[in-house]
Amino acid sequence: MRYDASAVYHSSHEWARKEGELLVIGISDYAQDSLGDIVFVELPAPGKYLKKDQPFGVVESVKAASDVYAPVSGFVEQVNDSLVDNPGLVNSDPFGEGWFIKIKPDNTAEYEALMTAQAYEAFVKGL
Amino acid sequence: MTPFIANTDSDRKLMLDALGLGSVAELFAAIPEKYRFPDLKLPAALSEPEIFQELSAAASRNADAGGYALFAGAGAYNHFVPSVVDALSSRGEFFTAYTPYQPEASQGTLQALFEYQSMAADLFGMDIVNASHYDGASALAEALLMAWNAASRQRSKVVLSSGLHPEYRAVIETYTRNLGITLCTPGPGTSAGAKTETETETKMETETLESLIDAETACVAVQFPSFFGNLEDYSRLCETAHRNGALFIVSADPLSLALFEPPGSYGADIVTGEGQPLGNYLSFGGPCLGMFAATKSLVRKMPGRLAGEAMDGQGRRGYVLTLSTREQHIRREKAVSNICTNQGLAALRAAIYLAVMGKNGLKKVADITYRRARYAAGKLGKLPGFSVLNTAPFFREFVLRCPLDTWEIMNRCAKLKIVPGVPLSRWFPERTQDILVCVTEMNSRSQIDSLVSVFETFCGEAASEK
Amino acid sequence: MKNEPQTGRGAFPAFSGKEPGKELGKELWQESPEAGVWDYSVPGREGVALPDVDVPGCELPPGIPQRKELPLPEISELDAVRHFTRLSRLNYSIDTHFYPLGSCTMKYNPRISEKIAALPGFSLAHPLLPEFLCQGSLEIMELLQNFLAEISGFQAISLQPAAGAHGELCGVMMIRAYHQKNGDSRRLRMLIPDSAHGTNPASVAMCGFQAVQVPSDSRGNIDIQALKSLCDDTLAGLMLTNPNTLGLFEERLTEAVEAVHNAGGLVYGDGANLNALLGVFRPGDAGIDVMHFNLHKTFGTPHGGGGPGAGPVGAGRKLAPFLPGPRVLREGTVLRLAMPENSIGRVKAFYGNFSVLVKACTFIAMLGAKGLRAVSENAVLNANYLKKLIERGYSIPYNRTCMHEFVASGHLSDTIHALDVAKRLIDYGCHPPTIYFPLIVKEALMIEPTESESRKTLEAFADAMLAIAEEARHNPDIVKTAPHGTPVGRLDEVSAARNPVLKHSNEKAP
Repeated sequence: MRYDASAVYHSSHEWARKEGELLVIGISDYAQDSLGDIVFVELPAPGKYLKKDQPFGVVESVKAASDVYAPVSGFVEQVNDSLVDNPGLVNSDPFGEGWFIKIKPDNTAEYEALMTAQAYEAFVKGL
Repeated sequence: MTPFIANTDSDRKLMLDALGLGSVAELFAAIPEKYRFPDLKLPAALSEPEIFQELSAAASRNADAGGYALFAGAGAYNHFVPSVVDALSSRGEFFTAYTPYQPEASQGTLQALFEYQSMAADLFGMDIVNASHYDGASALAEALLMAWNAASRQRSKVVLSSGLHPEYRAVIETYTRNLGITLCTPGPGTSAGAKTETETETKMETETLESLIDAETACVAVQFPSFFGNLEDYSRLCETAHRNGALFIVSADPLSLALFEPPGSYGADIVTGEGQPLGNYLSFGGPCLGMFAATKSLVRKMPGRLAGEAMDGQGRRGYVLTLSTREQHIRREKAVSNICTNQGLAALRAAIYLAVMGKNGLKKVADITYRRARYAAGKLGKLPGFSVLNTAPFFREFVLRCPLDTWEIMNRCAKLKIVPGVPLSRWFPERTQDILVCVTEMNSRSQIDSLVSVFETFCGEAASEK
Repeated sequence: MKNEPQTGRGAFPAFSGKEPGKELGKELWQESPEAGVWDYSVPGREGVALPDVDVPGCELPPGIPQRKELPLPEISELDAVRHFTRLSRLNYSIDTHFYPLGSCTMKYNPRISEKIAALPGFSLAHPLLPEFLCQGSLEIMELLQNFLAEISGFQAISLQPAAGAHGELCGVMMIRAYHQKNGDSRRLRMLIPDSAHGTNPASVAMCGFQAVQVPSDSRGNIDIQALKSLCDDTLAGLMLTNPNTLGLFEERLTEAVEAVHNAGGLVYGDGANLNALLGVFRPGDAGIDVMHFNLHKTFGTPHGGGGPGAGPVGAGRKLAPFLPGPRVLREGTVLRLAMPENSIGRVKAFYGNFSVLVKACTFIAMLGAKGLRAVSENAVLNANYLKKLIERGYSIPYNRTCMHEFVASGHLSDTIHALDVAKRLIDYGCHPPTIYFPLIVKEALMIEPTESESRKTLEAFADAMLAIAEEARHNPDIVKTAPHGTPVGRLDEVSAARNPVLKHSNEKAP
């Protein structure tokens, strides 16, 4: 199981990583591994406002569907369109090419409150 | 004891011994005693010859299309069913199997469903057809829910044509009642029943429909041909719907689409229909075949099972049920629908029907149906005191206004073994002199001519003189 | 085909000493795939002899765009017969193989039922005939309404719904309509045990209710304390499958029904598992307020490769006026159709899947009270006997006397899962059980033998199951790569879902 040390984590297995003013959001290696081969990802339209802990998208394998939750609040600035044709990127590179969206956070405290990679690893091991 | 149970007393004894039990009754100890083993008051069991005789006698008390000249339609149509449809769909390997959950042991059902989906999609001019829904009415109702979901439940208005089958309309009311969806229909109030047979009425109806479409509208639903048989070009209405961000839904009769351009050709987003005319019997209204089609972009909002192609490890092509995450067994309360069991065998029959009819046969059936209905309307409408209300083009059905009460006509025709149509007062109580007459390739020219001569005897008998 | 399955029985002592594959009809299998219907198409071929146009004139209307292209195949009648006959041979079915698909009650489908339903008086009867011309159909419907009411203990039955989930939707709509009529519009929470079918929460959502999950206890019953804590004045009702999806009779049934009723809620009974209860227990007697029947499960009507079924709804005193309609009513010697007083309305056009109703009616009339009880007794005995045989190779997580089905775990090792067991069973000539359901059992194998099957068939099936358990230990590869002799092997469902091909392409491949 891989953990990106430069990202922070939500208890529902999303990660967030700073990229300039934006935050890149994706799902963790643990999440993609539990779901199995991803066949479909549904993402919000750019410009949409997301509230922390609210579902913003769906990720599906053949036999399961899972909501994806916003780890922080903010406006969606970009979405990863390449997941439409190639959802397998979430499996092969969950912290890189398999990112979901980039958002402009409006509350830094929310980001600060997320788990570090180390804390998240401990959390996953306890599941 | 009964041919449907294989075990004998000695089998049961042996099995109980293996379980360490003295009697079968001991297996039911978990059931509260006061409720256990109620005494069912049912008639004594019948043998096979007895049940056959008894139910045959009941069957003989129906006026079936074998013994009667049938001109009734209104959503259930007496079309010819080729013998191969019966012969092939009654193979036990098809009809005693269930949903193809295990593809390796169900390729027959899966491939047949895939072929049904493909041929039906071509007929509708749509990208995708599902593996079937219950019937035309429930398919249309779920199409509205699908459109509402596709608009993320943010548009709560649904615009319905007055030309929908009144029972379809009733089903829509049942399905949408608890969901905060508003149904809007032209005509007085919101109830079904606006008259839309004549050209002027049709034009007014279309204009009113257009004026009802706004930014709150999730979808617009129409029927082709309308309940009264009318054929209309819906391309402008479809454009108006799209301009307002609403989806356009057509409940289409599949047979008529052998002659006329399908809804997919002018941009319909969802097409539903009653597939009973495609190789399924009337059967007193069921099983029917709910046909359900959509554009590719809506596939993940679509209810019902979908068969799709897949490859095995050796590169052999096979079929599986796919995109199942839409469905109740995976998505539970977030599923797009609760549908599980569908009308698979009716879909298989439609697949066989479409395959043997082929491009020329289906067109021929539709053509004879169209021409004979026109012929019948031409003759009946010329009888003194009778008139055909449809001034717009129609397919298979038309409304005949009669000089006397339609039930009087039904009663008198029944004595002559004729069912001349369906009285519209069944749904619209004030329309006591209007009858919906249906003609298919099963009504021969001589049968139509006899109907005309029978109706001729009613001429001059005005309803008021009765 | 090339990969003849190896039986790989090893040293494990088989029960009967016979080869289960042979016993179960393995050799019936047609092992090569079939071409598509389009591959038979040749321009100019015709499949049906049709009448010619014999009426003068009547050209197509100018204002309606005419069909330009109708891309249907052109095949001969024999082409159709060969193609669909060959397709049929790629199926496992009750007629050809043991089919213990849990929760689906795959019992024998009597041929007399088919023969009666096909009588022209039924198959060619138009649904909108005047009532005086269709008394025969209405008689059958009245008879079945009465049969089902007597069997279940409900006051009234509506035959309208086309399938179990359709009937379930009606039941939930009726509960909603009942509360609304009483001005109780706050009652929006429907309790659903965690072992329930997915249709339960899906139906609830379609009625604008909120699904609230209730856990199960260690004996597989509903957790009664958890249930009680959820009973308040926002409670709409409880949906209870009994026997539940573990195949167990709900031991706290009376208590659960009381708790819900005391809180002002109603109890929906999911009738999917009624095959255990005929002449044994009437849900209406125990205070269940509304329930659907699956005629295609309990009363031997065919499943049709996915349908049609029929899902009549029965209701007690409180909910009977809310039933969907129309229903058949008797007025003296005349039968007619009428809507119940506070009906939720129609859920389909016309009156239900009539030909399925005829078949179910035939089944019940032929069995009578004694025969129906024998159906359930034998179904339950068969399930318990089979459980006993299979216990030797598989764990049974909630192991007590079961009703008509039971759930085993298909987790044989770290590498062999329920899916592998299922696929290997196909090699042995048996349709696999339901797998991965109920969700509360990891790697579930849900096995329902029905009353139709003989002791010998059950023993052969158990032998196959035990042989697979043995293979999992000594020759796991053969299980992991199963099935071997089928027209296709395991199919790549991931690619099928990523790039769905749901329709044949009429364009010729380059």
